Amino acid sequence: MVGIKSYGAYIPRYRMNHNTIFGAVGFLGTFPTPGEKSVANHDEDTLSMAVAAGIDCINGLKREQIDGLFLATTSQPYMLRQNSAIVAVALDLQPTIRIADFIGSSKAGTSALVSAFDAVKGGTSSNILVCASDCRLSKPGGPQEHLYGDGAAALLLGNEGVIATLDGSYSVSYDFPDRWKTSAEEFEHAWEDRFIRDEGYAKMIPEAISGLLKKCNLNIKDFAKIIFPGIYAREHAAIIKRLGAEPGQIQDTLLDKVGDTGAASPLMMLVAALEDAKPGDKILVASFGNGSDALLFQVTENIKKVGDRRGVKKHLALKKELASYERYLAFRNLAPMDTGMRGEMSLRTPMSALFRERKAILSLCGSKCKKCGTPQYPFQRVCVNPDCGAVDQMDDYRFSDKNGVVFTYTGDNLAASIDPPAIYGFVDFEGGGRFWFDFTDCDLDSVKVGMPVEMTFRRRYLDEPTGVYGYSWKATPVRA
Amino acid sequence: MAEGIKDKVAIIGMGCTKFGELWNKGAEDLMVDAFQECIEDAGIDKKDLQAAWFGVHFEEQSVGKGATSLALALKLPFIPVTRVENFCATATEAFRGACYAVASGAYDIALALGVEKLKDTGYGGLPGGPGLMGTKNALIMPKLTAPGSFAMMATRYFAVYGLSPEEGKKMLAKVSVKSHYNGSRNPKAHLRREVTEEQVLNAPIIAWPLGLFDCCGVSDGSAAAIVTRADMAKKLRPDPVYVKSLQVALSSGEELMYTKWDGAHVETGYRAGVLAYNEAGVKNPRKEISMAEVHDCFSITEAVTMEDLQFSPRGRVKDDIEAGRFNLDGEQPIQPDGGLKCFGHPIGASGLRMLYEMYKQLQGKAQMPERQLKNPKLGLTHNMGGFPAMNIVSVAIVGL
Repeated sequence: MVGIKSYGAYIPRYRMNHNTIFGAVGFLGTFPTPGEKSVANHDEDTLSMAVAAGIDCINGLKREQIDGLFLATTSQPYMLRQNSAIVAVALDLQPTIRIADFIGSSKAGTSALVSAFDAVKGGTSSNILVCASDCRLSKPGGPQEHLYGDGAAALLLGNEGVIATLDGSYSVSYDFPDRWKTSAEEFEHAWEDRFIRDEGYAKMIPEAISGLLKKCNLNIKDFAKIIFPGIYAREHAAIIKRLGAEPGQIQDTLLDKVGDTGAASPLMMLVAALEDAKPGDKILVASFGNGSDALLFQVTENIKKVGDRRGVKKHLALKKELASYERYLAFRNLAPMDTGMRGEMSLRTPMSALFRERKAILSLCGSKCKKCGTPQYPFQRVCVNPDCGAVDQMDDYRFSDKNGVVFTYTGDNLAASIDPPAIYGFVDFEGGGRFWFDFTDCDLDSVKVGMPVEMTFRRRYLDEPTGVYGYSWKATPVRA
Repeated sequence: MAEGIKDKVAIIGMGCTKFGELWNKGAEDLMVDAFQECIEDAGIDKKDLQAAWFGVHFEEQSVGKGATSLALALKLPFIPVTRVENFCATATEAFRGACYAVASGAYDIALALGVEKLKDTGYGGLPGGPGLMGTKNALIMPKLTAPGSFAMMATRYFAVYGLSPEEGKKMLAKVSVKSHYNGSRNPKAHLRREVTEEQVLNAPIIAWPLGLFDCCGVSDGSAAAIVTRADMAKKLRPDPVYVKSLQVALSSGEELMYTKWDGAHVETGYRAGVLAYNEAGVKNPRKEISMAEVHDCFSITEAVTMEDLQFSPRGRVKDDIEAGRFNLDGEQPIQPDGGLKCFGHPIGASGLRMLYEMYKQLQGKAQMPERQLKNPKLGLTHNMGGFPAMNIVSVAIVGL
């Protein structure tokens, strides 16, 4: 049986109230609905959030069994250089996997999902991880600014031990020019909302859902949960009514808590539905963007065996308000902030070294001495244990999935940072090993010697002359 | 143990510029100034120099690569000149090169000179930069700064020895107050104003828990020494100062990547100290070392160095600081010249600047009589370069 084996999600720590946006740029005339949106930290982007959701999804599972990774997004950092490759290395997946980027539409998340199912069903892959992530950049003051949020979802698809089977899908595809952006542009354009709403949103989603119901010979009332993105709240309710569904069947769109996360939206809602699902539940998922993909799932008994996942629920609960719109502008590099001359120094990234050292930099792999068992980061040829010193007796050893404790730390006001003080320190890993790391998603006052931390994959820098985004791992207080 | 160089080499001349924000002087000017004082003090002719060692750390900010800049600036007489770099121990490395060359018998008279022009960087603090630690480290290390990396040692010291941040900061404040007291009495120092404990405690935080006055200045400067064979020294001047030991220890990676280090001391500091005491024949450093100039880039560095060099028992430096042991009128004066705290830290010059103070004190010629210590016998200098978790420490002991 082909279906979903595991799920995970990620929502950034920061939330910004719509009123904060209104207070700063409301003079431009955009009146937001009540609510808040998730905001990626300054060191987060599509890829870092995809990795975080992926980690949540594969927590406790064998990474070696994964033979494919599909990344879906509308906000990929690279136009040339496969974005899913960076996510795959960060997740320390095998190099023998197949990878693909699904881009260009907010429908990309479900498109990736359907393609992954086809691959598993066709027998060319056994376990494919689908990560959908979006960190959508909008022009300050525009109507998208409070509508869009940042987040990611991940689903592991396979053919055994599934928690929900995929029992059918139906797609409609149109060159619907609601939103567009050329590869040379920073911000998207949109046509009139009434056009998008009436010709696209309100027609294409029901068309896909009705097609699926007919194809699978089902009634809308058969579903425990119906999921589709809610970029127009009033029209969302109207579609439900027209489909003949009851309000209780409708999955929360997360619009007033997270915002519309583009390619990730329907998948994040699916994760939220699976968190509450019971065996036998039928779940319907439809996307929107250049048409719609509708998917039919049926939850199995295995849903009870899903390990501890942060998913949508726990991430929703772990939040901190970003009360300053100006900080948000700084986080997204939307205003030319002065971080001093030190901040102007840029690393000319040596790409050959980046490739050679990819296990250390992107996978957070070090080594473990076969002779004395000492874990060490980064990979050492000569064992660092002074009583051992064995040479070339090392196995690869992954630190990204090990927690640790703060050995020491500081909050540095001199270091160039868009969010000073730069907090960094030493981490002593459980099971051995020590290194120094930047700390993120924490406040200086809350950091203490001995505090438990976990590792998180983040964007570290932008090397502007070479157009390289640098990524590596940081430490962050263990989230509950 | 190897034979060592105790009493084989003598310093017969030294020079040191005023340290500070020397906007109107280039690195070459500072080299000439330090050298002129040095060679006049030695009373020899430039053509008597047979070899030179030149220390500079941020060569791009100062003089460029190689050692030609020294030969060109001083118009040296076609002798070999070697440029050395070893983080904050750079000047001491230059001195070590000159001493070892003379001790080996290869040369009779050699020059060591160090310089750094930090104020051409355009900002406060050390230049740093992403490439400073090499390609791989630049890609995996946090964006550490010098105050941040030493602040982590302060955080750890407080945790290991159970000091509250308030108690810890108070202990460190006394270190800076003492050094400012000394520096205010030194015409060559950069910062020449006394500070109070309250000023130190209330200063803005640079890197928690270190505030502005826990950090040394950022200065330009140069210092130089001329060394000769011990058996020739007395013929050249009546009061040469002899080199008793010169030792260096470097991190193995154990502190950073293995979990044994307690983070509240500098392992290389202890190791270099032990090596230096063995070479010099010092049995009880707390009693035998008359005075020291140690690497007080930050107040916490000086505090743990007192323990690393065995001037204070582990975890007990607070008692000695509070008792005034390291004050100018204390039992074991530390930083009689004001230290890095008041001289700033032009990296390539600091080690020789420290030796300059020891040399003058041993000769009884400290500038301004109120700074002159009574009958010092052995003076120690100590440099620590890099980060507390990954570094080099040099220790030199000189005496009469």
